[in-house]
Amino acid sequence: MITINIEKKLKAYHGQQVLRVNRQFAPGSITKVYGPSGSGKTTFLKVISGLTNPERGTIKADGVTWFDSTAKINLSTQKRNIGFVFQQYALFPNMTVRQHLEYATADVAWIKRLLLLGSLDTLETHKPEYLSGGQQQRLAILRALATRPKLLLMDEPFSALDPKTKTGLISELKTILKELGITTIIVSHNPQELSGWVDDELVFE
Amino acid sequence: MDLSPIWLTLKLAGITTGMLFVVGVPFAWWLSTGRSFFKIIIEAIITMPLVLPPSVLGFYLLLAFSPQHGVGKWLHNTFDVQFVFSFQGLVLASVIYSMPFMVGPVKSALQQLPASLAEASYTLGKSPWQTFKSVLLPNIKPSLLTAVVLTFAHTLGEFGVVLMIGGNIPGVTRVASIAVYDAVEKMDYASANNYSLILFSITFVLVIAVFVFNKYQAKSPLG
Repeated sequence: MITINIEKKLKAYHGQQVLRVNRQFAPGSITKVYGPSGSGKTTFLKVISGLTNPERGTIKADGVTWFDSTAKINLSTQKRNIGFVFQQYALFPNMTVRQHLEYATADVAWIKRLLLLGSLDTLETHKPEYLSGGQQQRLAILRALATRPKLLLMDEPFSALDPKTKTGLISELKTILKELGITTIIVSHNPQELSGWVDDELVFE
Repeated sequence: MDLSPIWLTLKLAGITTGMLFVVGVPFAWWLSTGRSFFKIIIEAIITMPLVLPPSVLGFYLLLAFSPQHGVGKWLHNTFDVQFVFSFQGLVLASVIYSMPFMVGPVKSALQQLPASLAEASYTLGKSPWQTFKSVLLPNIKPSLLTAVVLTFAHTLGEFGVVLMIGGNIPGVTRVASIAVYDAVEKMDYASANNYSLILFSITFVLVIAVFVFNKYQAKSPLG
């Protein structure tokens, strides 16, 4: 169970607004977060991952406190065991597809399975600049899964995929998320996207 | 023709560049992460050699490391090390004088990398040092090469600061730029021309090599 109760100031075009979230995420659940641009969706994911800190609140995962502003507890990103799919992929230009996964895990069998899952097994020696947008996005997802995270945070993960690829990947991804029991939070700007696939929704105004 | 000033210059430039690579690159990384008043002050101090007359820097180094005063006296009495009128002194002065040429391009390149690269590495459980070594450094190779060449070439051409702290001792502190000045003073234009031509050629080849290595896409070594 992941419990989040935070307050975080957001820089907005018209002054400042505050992001307030008080929510629990059941183990293995898939939650979609959607809302307009600037509503704090990406910031919310960064707060959970520890890449930025809220002004106030607590974040707990499976009984472990990741963040507590009162008790001054702030677990580093490295220790939170999360997977993060960045909106602009954030792939490493110096690494090939395989090296991205080897950087994250030493489990060769797992790497092989991930490559097959993302249909990137024939492109494993390619660097990101030689991959299409969809292939880069798939690699970003595979890299996030490579560490077998307990919590997967995805920022607009399917935006560059064509409908056919998206359907195939989502189906396989759901299987693997359920198999590993990964709690997943997916940010999307499209209210219709992923409908029927997620267990819960969180709307940012 | 006495080639010792050329060898001494190359030795000085090599040692200075090596030391600055080891010290300057992590230092540039530290400067590139976040902003604080302390970092601004430190950056201003290491940038001073770019704007200060070399003779001013050399003068202060001469005072600071004189075996008759302060730090220089302490170093001399404690470790029997003398920086004034010695090759060690030239290395010290060169490291200080050329530091902005190593730190500047590396820091700038690191700042231009998207923050999400390091963030992605952290989410994979990697430490800042692992991230620096495996993700950040390999992605700024052209700037690293530019910084190394710029530092080496700049050290080759040092004059004022090395003259102030090192003097003109043949085989010890008499580097090529001083040998050129010395030869002109003696009206030996042939020797001055030989030294100048060698310095010009080495520097030109280095700059050309940077452009070739970076496949014509390198940032200009001139800034």
